[in-house]
Amino acid sequence: MAEYSAFSLLKNAFTGNKDWKPAWRKPDPKASYDVIVIGGGGHGLSTAYYLAKEHGITNVAVLEKGWLGSGNVGRNTTAVRSNYLLPSNTRFYEHSMKMWENLSHDLNYNVMFSQRGCLNLAHTPAQFDDYARRGNAMRHLGVDAELMTVAEIKRLVPALDVSGSARFPILGGLMQPRAGSARHDAVAWGYARGADRRGVDIIENCEVTGFLRDGDRITGVSTTRGEIRAKKVALAVAGSTGRVMQLAGIDKMPIESHVLQAFVTESLKPIIDTILTFGMGHFYISQSDKGGLVYGGDLDGYNSYAQRGSLPIVDEVMSEMLALFPGLARVRMLRSWGGVCDMTMDGSPIITTGPLPGMYLNCGWCYGGFKATPASGWCFAWTIAKDEPHDFNAPFTLDRFYRGLVIDDKGQGATPRLH
Amino acid sequence: MLITCPYCGPRDVIEFTYQGDGNRQRPQPSSQDLDAWNAYVYDRLNPAGDHNEIWQHSGGCRAHLRVVRNTLTHEISSSGFARGDHKAAARHKSEAKS
Repeated sequence: MAEYSAFSLLKNAFTGNKDWKPAWRKPDPKASYDVIVIGGGGHGLSTAYYLAKEHGITNVAVLEKGWLGSGNVGRNTTAVRSNYLLPSNTRFYEHSMKMWENLSHDLNYNVMFSQRGCLNLAHTPAQFDDYARRGNAMRHLGVDAELMTVAEIKRLVPALDVSGSARFPILGGLMQPRAGSARHDAVAWGYARGADRRGVDIIENCEVTGFLRDGDRITGVSTTRGEIRAKKVALAVAGSTGRVMQLAGIDKMPIESHVLQAFVTESLKPIIDTILTFGMGHFYISQSDKGGLVYGGDLDGYNSYAQRGSLPIVDEVMSEMLALFPGLARVRMLRSWGGVCDMTMDGSPIITTGPLPGMYLNCGWCYGGFKATPASGWCFAWTIAKDEPHDFNAPFTLDRFYRGLVIDDKGQGATPRLH
Repeated sequence: MLITCPYCGPRDVIEFTYQGDGNRQRPQPSSQDLDAWNAYVYDRLNPAGDHNEIWQHSGGCRAHLRVVRNTLTHEISSSGFARGDHKAAARHKSEAKS
């Protein structure tokens, strides 16, 4: 198995990079497993990793329809933060943040987690008050949060237009200094290698085409590589949740699938060394270690399973970027892409047992799943192993919508495209 | 993406507001059936393929439209007034009564 060190790097540099070993095996599926995890993205792989590491359950298969990390784990804009208002969200995401802070050591794989901070810009007095409220709520639960003045923001991001004549003048901001970004591919690969070493079978190009059932109970899956039985079948399929649940005969869910676009520019010298969000629209931007500006905005706004977006949103996102950074007008955009987000009715995720016996469900990450990757897998593994949720994910049930227990951080109501 | 409005003809998607799953049934305002209300507010059909959905031509004639659009390709196979459904439903109801 692949080991990385300064010595191996040097050795392979001199031998034409021919001796690198694969980081995980390519096993054929066995006839049965204790647990099948459907979905080889960040959440599925971290679930398998923590099942093996924390609960000693190693007879596990992760089934991925494409290649590993081909879905949202490789399509997000890599922001990691825990700046939520509601306690159940804050506790969960702060648990994730603490796991991020030690993730490279835990996996012995450099995920390049960089705590460069996340700054939400305020453009109206009411918004600044609202940020103060959220910052206080965060500090109340032990999460770091600091209000910043315009002068401090100007010092931190000199390229930002903080003048009074900006389209939406900046009045201040809320900073979470411990927030940051990580290299998303490394997260997928690190979890995959860690899970594989503990005996988990990662099976790529294996699409689930149906469920095996004994009455109501799920007893396995049929796939493009044959039938596989399992005591427990866990779903971590993000944007494909609607499709896979349909295979299990459940047509209606409190979820809509929407496409979210992201963009990257040509490489620039360091210009933004934090993560910035615009307060008068939906826009966020950071700079990758390679120098490209990575940014995105709103959903396209209608149900879609196409992993590509449409031009009106491209136009909107570019105008938002220029409202903040007029100096970037001549920078060339290099690439844009889309990912399918499973938007819930309250903007919060679902990690739960059921809804069918033998089934476990992890979904509803909206467009914030990447930062949750460690805690999502950790909580989901707990839920699968013990058949009950951990305190951290106990509020994220599927039936909360019908019991008046929604967790609507934005107070937006049951309109998924607005969360 | 162009959506064809029966009044205004084919128009760019930016003129329209998306209102989601068109299969939901709103219970009567006096209904106290909690399951029916929960289903109306929270449950959605979310197919990969043809999706029956409601759009409003909010930047135009403001009519509500029923559109069948493929969620994999974004191709629109039909569009028409949503209110036609209400008339048909009302007619169906009065026929059922008589």
